Amino acid sequence: MEHVLIPPAQVSVLGIPGMVLALLITVAGIAAFGYIIARRLIPLAKGTSDPRFDRLPTRIKNVLLFWLAQYKQPRYALAGILHIVIFIGFIILAIRSTSLVIIGFSPDFVFPGLDGTAGTVYSVLKDYAATAVLIACVIAGLRRGFFKPDRYKVPARYGKEHTWEAIFVLGLIGGLMVFEGLFEATAVAAQAQQGAAAELIAPLSLAWFFSIILGQAPVAALQGLHTTAYFLHDAIFFFFLCYLPFGKHFHVITSIFNVIFSKLDRGRIKPVQWGVSDEELDNLEAFGVRYVEDFSWKHMLDFYTCVDCGRCSDNCPANAVGRPLSPRFISIKARDDMFDRFPVLGEVKPREPLMDRVLEQDAIWSCTTCGACEEECPVMNEYIDKMVDLRRAMVEEGQVPQSLQKALGALEKRGNPYGKMEKKRQEWTQSLPEEVEVRVAGSKDQPATLYFPDSATSYDESLQEIARSTATILHYCGEDYGILGKAERDSGHEVRRFGEEMLFQTLRDANTQAIEKSGAERVVTSDPHAYNALTKDYEGVPPAQHISQYILERIQSGTIKLKPLQEEASVVTYHDPCYMGRHNLLYDTPRKILDAIPGLTRVEMERSKDSSFCCGGGGLMLYYEPPEEEERMGQKRARMIGETGADLVVSCCPFCLTNLEDGIKTSGYEGKVRIMDLTELVARHLDWDAK
Amino acid sequence: MNILVCVKRVPDPAENEIEINSDGSDIEREDLVYSVNEWDNYAVEEAIQIREQHGGSVTVVSVGDEDSEEVLRREMAMGADQGILVSDDAFEGSDGRGIATILKAVVESGDYDLVLTGAQSDEGAAQIGGMLAAMLDQPYASLVNEIQVQGGTKLQVGREIEGGNQEVNEIELPCVLSIQSGINEPRYVGIRGIRKVSGVEIPEKEVSDLGLSEDQVGEKAARVKRVDYFHPEMGEGAEILEGSTEEVAEKLVELLKSKGGMK
Repeated sequence: MEHVLIPPAQVSVLGIPGMVLALLITVAGIAAFGYIIARRLIPLAKGTSDPRFDRLPTRIKNVLLFWLAQYKQPRYALAGILHIVIFIGFIILAIRSTSLVIIGFSPDFVFPGLDGTAGTVYSVLKDYAATAVLIACVIAGLRRGFFKPDRYKVPARYGKEHTWEAIFVLGLIGGLMVFEGLFEATAVAAQAQQGAAAELIAPLSLAWFFSIILGQAPVAALQGLHTTAYFLHDAIFFFFLCYLPFGKHFHVITSIFNVIFSKLDRGRIKPVQWGVSDEELDNLEAFGVRYVEDFSWKHMLDFYTCVDCGRCSDNCPANAVGRPLSPRFISIKARDDMFDRFPVLGEVKPREPLMDRVLEQDAIWSCTTCGACEEECPVMNEYIDKMVDLRRAMVEEGQVPQSLQKALGALEKRGNPYGKMEKKRQEWTQSLPEEVEVRVAGSKDQPATLYFPDSATSYDESLQEIARSTATILHYCGEDYGILGKAERDSGHEVRRFGEEMLFQTLRDANTQAIEKSGAERVVTSDPHAYNALTKDYEGVPPAQHISQYILERIQSGTIKLKPLQEEASVVTYHDPCYMGRHNLLYDTPRKILDAIPGLTRVEMERSKDSSFCCGGGGLMLYYEPPEEEERMGQKRARMIGETGADLVVSCCPFCLTNLEDGIKTSGYEGKVRIMDLTELVARHLDWDAK
Repeated sequence: MNILVCVKRVPDPAENEIEINSDGSDIEREDLVYSVNEWDNYAVEEAIQIREQHGGSVTVVSVGDEDSEEVLRREMAMGADQGILVSDDAFEGSDGRGIATILKAVVESGDYDLVLTGAQSDEGAAQIGGMLAAMLDQPYASLVNEIQVQGGTKLQVGREIEGGNQEVNEIELPCVLSIQSGINEPRYVGIRGIRKVSGVEIPEKEVSDLGLSEDQVGEKAARVKRVDYFHPEMGEGAEILEGSTEEVAEKLVELLKSKGGMK
């Protein structure tokens, strides 16, 4: 194609040949970018090890789904769509921008494969992409600048507003789109004026509008604009590239790696240190994270990748009730500390503890490990493992709230947080009807199935009905089952998650031995926390099921027959416990059981399944007294339950039962909404006549 | 400042069901779990905090059987520099004065500027601190809930007074203080912390090591003897509040106000 305008490579800008200027900008830009990235990698290299190179097919699938297909973005509709437009636009325009940079010093460069028809198709596509990105940037800018969704607010304790950063970057992106369009439109306009063959320009695209506006402009003006647009595009391009690693837009570069290396095992807690076995733990000088470089390289990459979008904190139940925890600011503040300690220019600064300087102890204790933040994060950042690592360090330094120390002491002495006698662990069996016999499994009596109620269900009188209902169901099914009785210890699920790893291991080892001695072939539990512990935290124990899995299998096989709804309940809603749902993906199992009761009408809460709202947490969390809290999570959840119009809420976790019962009573729903554990509902609906 | 803290191994009522044994001489000791006396734990934390700010050392001492070593280790894991276990069959049956006599010998065998005890322990007599101070001819303050070091010769101590009032005293060193719970927030000691000090030698001292004679301690020397031990019978007067949650709460508030439990 014949050029009417002189290409940038052949013009002279302020006396410098265009080709030289373009080459200079490119070389300087790439060198600066390379240097910045090298500096940013320093803390990652100092981080602790973290094996993330296994299961490549799954990792590639995650990249396709969560990165390329932006799967989590539409969970927030408007922001999600805007992001998808900008993201897809960026992918399409990456080729165009690169070739624009190259033609600055190599004017005849054409991207391999993009000569001919493919080039024409691409050219049309990228015109629309640039237009769409510009429109998305304008809308996004208006949103951030004028409408200011609450999600982006920065509470005073966490620093100043970040709005300018967002708008500045939107401006840079918009600039890239505008100058790219102008560069093309000036050439097309000049060519049209001279009657030369013009490049196809996509109708109604940004470049198309520019070409019409500029249609009658003198060629000299078009030439000036053409050259200016080119070099501004070039300058913004490299400035943007080098600016990315200084803020939340680092994610443009890091998010793909963050998704590739994201955590693959739900509900599992990272070991104290990867590659160090339990037996070698005593040799470790320190547990957990005190300084930023105690985090693993991947956890530091998480901080770099945080987009500051606030979706985590928007979903965090602790944040919602006014506890001093905002996952977003854990990331942002830790990232800022990394930037400060490991600056791009200048010396690396000496390390300083994170706690009480960058992070607050109570923020870290406030987390219920419900996983809502991780579920929501569009770039797959992790929080729970970081909380646990930070807690491990606090435990080692003795910085544990007094209320938790009591419970931990009781767990150490008695194997349960209540400090009750071991022999009383099976007292719940006493009020069962005579025909429901609960055997104590051990070396003499070895039933095939072991029921593991765990501490809360065993000791808390208001929860023992769960154990009795479970025993009744097992009896109905003709199961050969027993319990460990006084040999059972707390599963330690929360002990581990509260950072007391050695106590957890003591409890785990005691249970593992007792289970082994019982000769059980399988374990069932009615506590999702125990289920998660037995399947994820324990090794070498028989396969474990949550009682809902056991029930559903037997409903489907016809062993369990259920009577029509006996309860005075017109509408039932189901509350997803965190360790059933998000951590184990058992969303449908309990729902199918409810639906198997004839006559039961079930409705969903707005926040259900993977966006379920934590009841307030289990195990040790019951003992934690947050210094700041506007209301309890259970109260907030009770209102969500009330809003569905349901008069019965069913859950399948002892802690949900405790917290929600309390929440219902104290938020004005007493007498309007009842709560029941799934086991109790099923036990009441067992059809004994149909057996 | 060199600080000696006296600690005792006791059954914590939060982790035990305390029952009287059949002959009414003691509590049922089978199936009990033991911890460090709660008040003593506050005293150790306070001593460690003083050392952290002003230097010196913290020594913990316990009079008891070999099992008492576990509470010494726990306090050492907390941060005490060394432990002394005072254990001898001859101590069996000592009354409060006997224990104070043993502790006096321990204090005199070392060089301590400050001796701390818990305000009381499981038996609730709250007598050791005062007796020990008298035997040592040192000043004494009880129920201390605040300590400020003033130079090398004096302390300023806060004391809890009946009715929630607070008193502040200056006290000369060396002295003995009995520590009230709530003076600080004792740090947590995990299993890992205890394992880390598991290899540290804890010297064990007997009657002869302390320059005591057998007739100064133990049952023979005791001038206070327990003659009975029982749980008082439940009296009349339990009142069950009835009504809705709000009504019950309202009645309870009224009751508490009328009895002076709330203002």
